[in-house]
Amino acid sequence: MPHVYVVGVGMTKIGRHFDKGLVELAAEAYEKAVEDAGIEPAGIVVSNMMASSLQGQDSLGALIASSLGLRYRPALHVEAACGSGGAAVYTAYSLVASGLLPSVMVIGVEKMTDYPTAIVTEALAQAADADYEVFYGASFAALNALMMRYYMERYGVSRDEMSEWPVMMHENALKNPYAQLHKKITRRMVAESQPVADPIRLLDSSPIGDGAAAVILASGEEARKTHWGATVEVTGLGLAVDTVELSNREALDRIPALERAAEQAYQMAGVTPREIDVAEIHDAFTITAVLSIEALGLAGRGEAAKLLARGRFHPGDRPTLNPSGGLKARGHPVGATGVYQVAEITMQLRGDYPGVRVDNPRHGLASNIGGDGSTTTVVILSRRM
Amino acid sequence: MPLRPLSPAKLWRRRLQHYRLEAARCRDCGKTIYPPRPRCPYCGSRNLEKLSLLGKKGKLVTYTVEYTVPAGFREQAPLVIGIAEIEGARILASMTDVDPEELRTGMCVEPVLRRIRSTDPYGVIAYAVKLRPCLGAGHEGGEGEAGGGSKGDS
Amino acid sequence: MAKPGIVGWGAYIPRYRLPSTETSRLWGYPDAVPARLGVGEKSVAGPDEDSVTMGVEAALNALRRAGIDASRIGAVFVGSESKPYAVKPSATIIAEAIGATPDTMASDLEFACRAGSEGLRAALGLVEAGRIEYGLAIGSDTAQASPGDVLDFTAASGAAAYIVGPHNESVAVLEGVYTYVTDTPDFWRRDGSPYPLHGEAFTGQPAYFHHIVSAVKGLMDRLGLRPSDIDYAVFHQPNASFPRRAAKKLGIPLEKVEPGLVVKYIGNTYNASALLGLAKVLDEAKPGSRILLAPFGSGAGADAYSFIVTDLVEEKRPLAPRVIDYIERRKTITYSLYAKYRRLYRRIEW
Repeated sequence: MPHVYVVGVGMTKIGRHFDKGLVELAAEAYEKAVEDAGIEPAGIVVSNMMASSLQGQDSLGALIASSLGLRYRPALHVEAACGSGGAAVYTAYSLVASGLLPSVMVIGVEKMTDYPTAIVTEALAQAADADYEVFYGASFAALNALMMRYYMERYGVSRDEMSEWPVMMHENALKNPYAQLHKKITRRMVAESQPVADPIRLLDSSPIGDGAAAVILASGEEARKTHWGATVEVTGLGLAVDTVELSNREALDRIPALERAAEQAYQMAGVTPREIDVAEIHDAFTITAVLSIEALGLAGRGEAAKLLARGRFHPGDRPTLNPSGGLKARGHPVGATGVYQVAEITMQLRGDYPGVRVDNPRHGLASNIGGDGSTTTVVILSRRM
Repeated sequence: MPLRPLSPAKLWRRRLQHYRLEAARCRDCGKTIYPPRPRCPYCGSRNLEKLSLLGKKGKLVTYTVEYTVPAGFREQAPLVIGIAEIEGARILASMTDVDPEELRTGMCVEPVLRRIRSTDPYGVIAYAVKLRPCLGAGHEGGEGEAGGGSKGDS
Repeated sequence: MAKPGIVGWGAYIPRYRLPSTETSRLWGYPDAVPARLGVGEKSVAGPDEDSVTMGVEAALNALRRAGIDASRIGAVFVGSESKPYAVKPSATIIAEAIGATPDTMASDLEFACRAGSEGLRAALGLVEAGRIEYGLAIGSDTAQASPGDVLDFTAASGAAAYIVGPHNESVAVLEGVYTYVTDTPDFWRRDGSPYPLHGEAFTGQPAYFHHIVSAVKGLMDRLGLRPSDIDYAVFHQPNASFPRRAAKKLGIPLEKVEPGLVVKYIGNTYNASALLGLAKVLDEAKPGSRILLAPFGSGAGADAYSFIVTDLVEEKRPLAPRVIDYIERRKTITYSLYAKYRRLYRRIEW
């Protein structure tokens, strides 16, 4: 397999950018990534979930590329709900590794704040099955809440143990200049926050926000023309899907597709879960983080929340999970999230991450989930110099 | 207002699943799947037979009480969503005739036809099966293995 | 030719109850008004119910008792004055949901509260004529009343369904039926109007009593029956007082009326009113009993049926919930919840 490197990254702060649309958000991330890399990409892959439902906009590849002065270059759009970012990185990797293009930028961009919550909730639910889940009014939070109750009852996990994840995320995000939420919280505040879809509380949930992130992937030859050169290599990739509908899965307390994506990525990178120093995992809700930790082989079944409550995975531990603050507190502009994760891990490996930093990491991992486990991606990055 | 109106053709296409819980049983691996798919999601087999789960009782596997509801569902808030196991199939549906404090994992539930939503005031009405706590006493409507009807009616 | 009969009966009453005191307090009536009507509370359909969903549950209960495959039903008649669609049959939704499609007749009937009974009479006739093997007749209503009108105390929700078929499978065999109609505008709802209007006292003597008494007398004359031959009498039940007074006019003792009097528990379920009363009687009547059934519909008309209960009734009874099971499944709600469930609030959103 040829070598593919991450040669530049760019991110916007996540928040309610009422003054910016898709194009303006994408442009900010694009310009930062180009400046970071010192090259312009030969093509782009746009990762986005909600432009069609909330912006009434398709043709994203052309819209974004042409707005950034990239007319006549190859540009396309990848969609896998909240897992769009990981799937777009997977696509961009293939374009570079195949030799088709010397460099490809993945731009994840999402614009979520133009409509009231009921409509955004409806649009987000499109990640689930339209005819059998969304049809009933099941929100995305509700589907995850079904998994959360099942998990907590099956493994005897307490509300208090579950609450440690959002507390840690808010703590980590305090130092992240790109984070949407800068507010310290306590386990009690989590437990007493308003129920969204019981047992999921508001503070178990990632916020609604706008944002864009970009990463440039390049071949070894192209990487040598950039500022960062061949510093960070994409060493492992895995992508696996499952049924969109929860009813036809064998388990409600696992994310089996993520287990498969992780196996593929670990095998390709030739590393084990124990060798991962830092990871950005998908925590759309507290339960998503807990199930991801177990699917990635970082904890046994039913153990993740209990380990977290005892201090595991916090800054200073290995792996440190979500030093960015995660989807919970960094924010979750859905289609862009997977790109944020790869950008953050890249900076951790380079040593220039502006937030909570992991000391001298060698291997980092990003895991991104679309739906409640229907499209899952794992990306492993390794420091090469 | 919801993002798009209900489509009569789309509702019509799914009416046997929505009204009668038409599921599929895999003749190769034995799993019962709902919604039915062209191939068995567990083993990939195309050797599937149709069956209706209407009139069967099941038990509640898990549930949630949804307060932040999508557009079009405020009238039914808080909306209870459950997953039931009926004859080996898992059914995800909203629940009806139940108060949040009456919900128990493992409780007996049965499918009943209800209105899901409509494009008001002039559009089509979507009907489908919801899950209801089993009617309790005095009749033999099914095996009712999970016991426990709706408690707390006063 | 052997007379047809009822081979399966099914009831449905929604879970929610609105106490009359909620209505009198909100609209400033003295409690004497609901007390005079004899209705302490009324059944209210939930936010996801309508006459179609209620009709389906009643029909599935009737099917359980009939013990037949729904595909053998050759006619589905639905009587309702609260049709979810003004144009588009409820009967096809119900027929599809219970599995009676496509080889069947299906129709919605309108005759105020008597449409369901008209369906029953038509289905019995089709079976008797040998045109169909089994027929299904449903009366179902989420009864409407203008909020604050005196009807608001009684207008209730419920459904009853009957599968009719051959004599030898019947739990109650039809002995005779007679119908009496005139043009009497005692109660009406114009096209596009959300609620019915009524003639108050005019709904009584010239409408309800005249038609029911005339229909019952017409039937008894034709069959040569005397009041003492009747074991159970079930009348349309707009309130608890009218059916009792009708019995008195006909010389039928009250104890023969009480077993089929559902209105005192749940109010007036319009098209399901007398038919739920019959269902409750079938839930308890002994084989050999003669049941008089007299539904009434404004506008106006009444049917009078005589049924003879057979031995089969006892084995069919446990196959579905009884009327009393649904009566006892109850949760009291406030007027504000009632207003939400019955879509009386006008919401806007963007």
